[in-house]
Amino acid sequence: MADQSLDGMDDIVADFLVESAEGLDELDQQLVALERDPSSRSLLAAIFRTVHTVKGTSGFLAFSDLERVAHVGETLLARLRDGRATATPHTVTVLLHLVDALRELLDRIETTGTDAGVDLAPVVAEIQAELQAGDGAPAPPAEPGPDAPAGLTVEPDAGRSAPAKGSGARPKPAAAKAAPAKSQPAKSQPAKPAAATAAPPKPAAATAAPAKPQLAKPQPTSSQPAPEPAPAPSEPAAPAPAAPASSAQRPAPVPAPEPAAPAAAPAEASGGRRSSDSTVRVDVDLLEQLMAMVGELVLTRNQVLERAAASADPQMIKVAHRLDLVAADLQDGVMRTRMQPIDHVWSRLPRIVRDLGAQLGRQVRLVTEGADTELDRTLLEAVKDPLTHLVRNAVDHGLEPAADRRAAGKDPVGVVTLRARHEGGQVLVEVSDDGRGMDPAVIGARALERGLVDEAGLAKLSTAEVLGFVFAPGFSTAAAVTSVSGRGVGMDVVKTNIEGIGGSIELESVLGQGSTTRLRVPLTLAIIPALVVACGEHRFAVPQGGLRELVGLPSGPEGTSTERVGEVEVLRLRGHLLPLVRLDDALGLEPVASEDEPHDRVVAVLETVGRRFGLVVDSVVGTQDIVVKPLGGALAGLEHFSGATILGDGGLALILDLQALSRSAREQDLTSRAEEVTESQQEVTQLLLAEVGSRHVAVPLEIVARLEVVAAGGLERIGTRWAMQQHGVVMPVLDVAEHLGEHVGPREDVALIVHSVGSRSVALAVDGILDIAPAVPAGISNLGAPGLSGSVVIDGRIVELLDVRQALLAADPRFYDEVDGPTRGSTYKVPRPRALAATEGAGR
Amino acid sequence: MRSEKGQSAKGTRGARGPGEGRRTGYVTFELAGGLYGIAVLDVQEVLTEQRRTRVPTAPPEVAGLVNLRGQVVTAIDLRLRLGLPPRPQGARSTDVVVRIGDEAVSLLVDGIGDVVEVEDDDLEPPPDGLSGPMADLVLGAHQLPDRLLLPLDAVRAASLDVSV
Repeated sequence: MADQSLDGMDDIVADFLVESAEGLDELDQQLVALERDPSSRSLLAAIFRTVHTVKGTSGFLAFSDLERVAHVGETLLARLRDGRATATPHTVTVLLHLVDALRELLDRIETTGTDAGVDLAPVVAEIQAELQAGDGAPAPPAEPGPDAPAGLTVEPDAGRSAPAKGSGARPKPAAAKAAPAKSQPAKSQPAKPAAATAAPPKPAAATAAPAKPQLAKPQPTSSQPAPEPAPAPSEPAAPAPAAPASSAQRPAPVPAPEPAAPAAAPAEASGGRRSSDSTVRVDVDLLEQLMAMVGELVLTRNQVLERAAASADPQMIKVAHRLDLVAADLQDGVMRTRMQPIDHVWSRLPRIVRDLGAQLGRQVRLVTEGADTELDRTLLEAVKDPLTHLVRNAVDHGLEPAADRRAAGKDPVGVVTLRARHEGGQVLVEVSDDGRGMDPAVIGARALERGLVDEAGLAKLSTAEVLGFVFAPGFSTAAAVTSVSGRGVGMDVVKTNIEGIGGSIELESVLGQGSTTRLRVPLTLAIIPALVVACGEHRFAVPQGGLRELVGLPSGPEGTSTERVGEVEVLRLRGHLLPLVRLDDALGLEPVASEDEPHDRVVAVLETVGRRFGLVVDSVVGTQDIVVKPLGGALAGLEHFSGATILGDGGLALILDLQALSRSAREQDLTSRAEEVTESQQEVTQLLLAEVGSRHVAVPLEIVARLEVVAAGGLERIGTRWAMQQHGVVMPVLDVAEHLGEHVGPREDVALIVHSVGSRSVALAVDGILDIAPAVPAGISNLGAPGLSGSVVIDGRIVELLDVRQALLAADPRFYDEVDGPTRGSTYKVPRPRALAATEGAGR
Repeated sequence: MRSEKGQSAKGTRGARGPGEGRRTGYVTFELAGGLYGIAVLDVQEVLTEQRRTRVPTAPPEVAGLVNLRGQVVTAIDLRLRLGLPPRPQGARSTDVVVRIGDEAVSLLVDGIGDVVEVEDDDLEPPPDGLSGPMADLVLGAHQLPDRLLLPLDAVRAASLDVSV
């Protein structure tokens, strides 16, 4: 095309493509929203504007096919916008097809440079059929607009085709025979039928288009169906009063106002979120480079800090401290430039849900929460496909047909909910449906059938573990499982992808009520927190994402502190057998010379791919933010390392690939698991679960002498503490809610957990007693909240372990003074996780 | 750091003398008593022995990783790569850092020699009797006034997957 030889034309086309693609993505969402709210003027106006923008620019750039299709669509939209027709679901389908066609044309332009060669007849015919169908309205297209050069019948009203227009539905010539000038709208104005007075003729504003700067539009892709707010100020050619309504990227300003929605437009404009004044478009490569440089800076800082710490020069320490702060801020800032709201990925989902729902005949509502949650763009890319897959699954397998839902007493419209939020340095993304849920019995049966587990093993698995079988490769491909229980194919791929980026996935399902898939992904990949461990002369970095706790492994000849189950060395950890991988063995490290005397080692309890294992190392060096450096080509094939990093002293450490290491522990995992439950029965701790406000708090059952429920009024204040009289004795009472800083309203009754030693008793007042949980298998993790000694998950809920000693002292500071003596150790035994000391020491 | 263009040795014999055939400069170095060379355009820098971090499970030729001003660079012991006897205990080595595409690789040699420039046309076929990795990596032989220079293919020397 001749125009493209003009200077800068390629840039303009490139910008046009980017902006149009963004516009089309928004259209998808807006159209789906329109289906729910067919009369929304602001939505219609926004949709119209987007299509109009595409049309106008393509006309100017002489993409005639594109322009033509956009124009036909615009005609339909104008009619909707002006209230002369109402958007039916079918209309929306037609318009979505229009969006697809536009997208296809844009792709074509991107790859071939012209828009020729796409078969547009079906979509044009479809739109025209829609126009005719809704032709009760008298008015022809309101927008005389740039006439379709090829003369495709853009005038839908068959009966009153404007005479001056092109000669009917001539099949579109493939070549762009339209010179840009030809598509100038003004030319065809005479043809405007009189009835179109509602829309004032469009002045030849398109002539301003060549001057159109492609404004930097950083596209904070709005999740809302609401139209994009349009900052008008930079519109160079906007001469008309309606300018505020025109968006900045609109090439041919259309003074043609939104006659039906005059109020809406200015209001949107004032929303001005996409201000071209306050944002710039930045090349992604530049950001990558910046990130790499910040990585270097972080390393340099680490080195400086290390030297400064060893130096006695206060000035040096001060400077190093400043450097530390600045580098941290800089890292944070640069990281943020790479962050994008997850909505970038979500924005395609409403369309997918809608199409899939229509295809399957299911009514689906997609709810999103936390669309503005940000994560690194590379990660965003990585979660895109898994998320899409999960949402498809939810619609396809999770939700039941409307009839079934009604029968089950549910709203016939199924709800798929997407939630995202930041949680503990990670991004949590949930996909849930309120469908039929997954049946553990069916999944378990299927797992048996496939030999993934034997019956004895299956009986011992928790529900969550049974559900976990759907992640087994190829597990869900069987139609029987798919149709009965839920998840479709490819969950193993989803899991692999998520774990590939250092994330994790878990599944939760209540039969008949729906399922939730929970993804946890790191915020960024470039700089990760890691635990640096030593093994012999080597140092290795362990990504903290997989680290659960650190446990000391006392010295002693092998076999005294650990046991063997089959081939695998295991450690008994709180009644659980943890398969161990000795790092030196796994990596074939030669034993450190002349070290005969055994020394204490450390077990890093790691979890990856849903498996726990303990990695035995010599010692823990510390934690550090590390910059991941890829290994060179010659070493890229080494399976145990995912990269290397530079430590504060300038030395290097290899980054361990936990998945590869876990493979060493994997084979015997199920075996050891089968045995562990039986073997560890005696070590199980019984917990008494109590309700405190909205929290669940547990105390070891063995401290409980008795339980009582008393009227709240029976408690009396003594100074800052509570007490109650019973059988003529005053018993100190601790209000656990108060102790934990939990706010609870007035209560009638409280439950008392009475702990007695000898003749002394102390009571812990809680809102209610819930249950006794037989075991604490999954491991108690240290949760650094005051008053608590840790937390544990029981039946999918986090239960906090009350620090009983502290609580008893809070109730009666002299409790232990009085009961001190031989009784104390035997009677009062709060199982404090063995691991805690080590964990705290490592600062994890 | 990226001043040198990374290309294969074969493609970099570009130094052209006035009015004569193509000439190639070689960075020469000693390995177990022999003189070897790598095209000067492939060499990024030459460093005294760098602190290395060993890589468990890696092939024996991999001497370790080197922190080269913030870049993690793989060090390959050329002696082992060429199938020569290992360097005696305690002997120091020199890092010849070559750039292969975007990646830098350090090749460990016994000691560095001069940069020599030779006529490409003078390249003779490699001596007979070379076998194993030697035959794979030695591009030919140049007869210098006093001794024989064996130019090496830097790209193949720096990668392990093409080894025999």
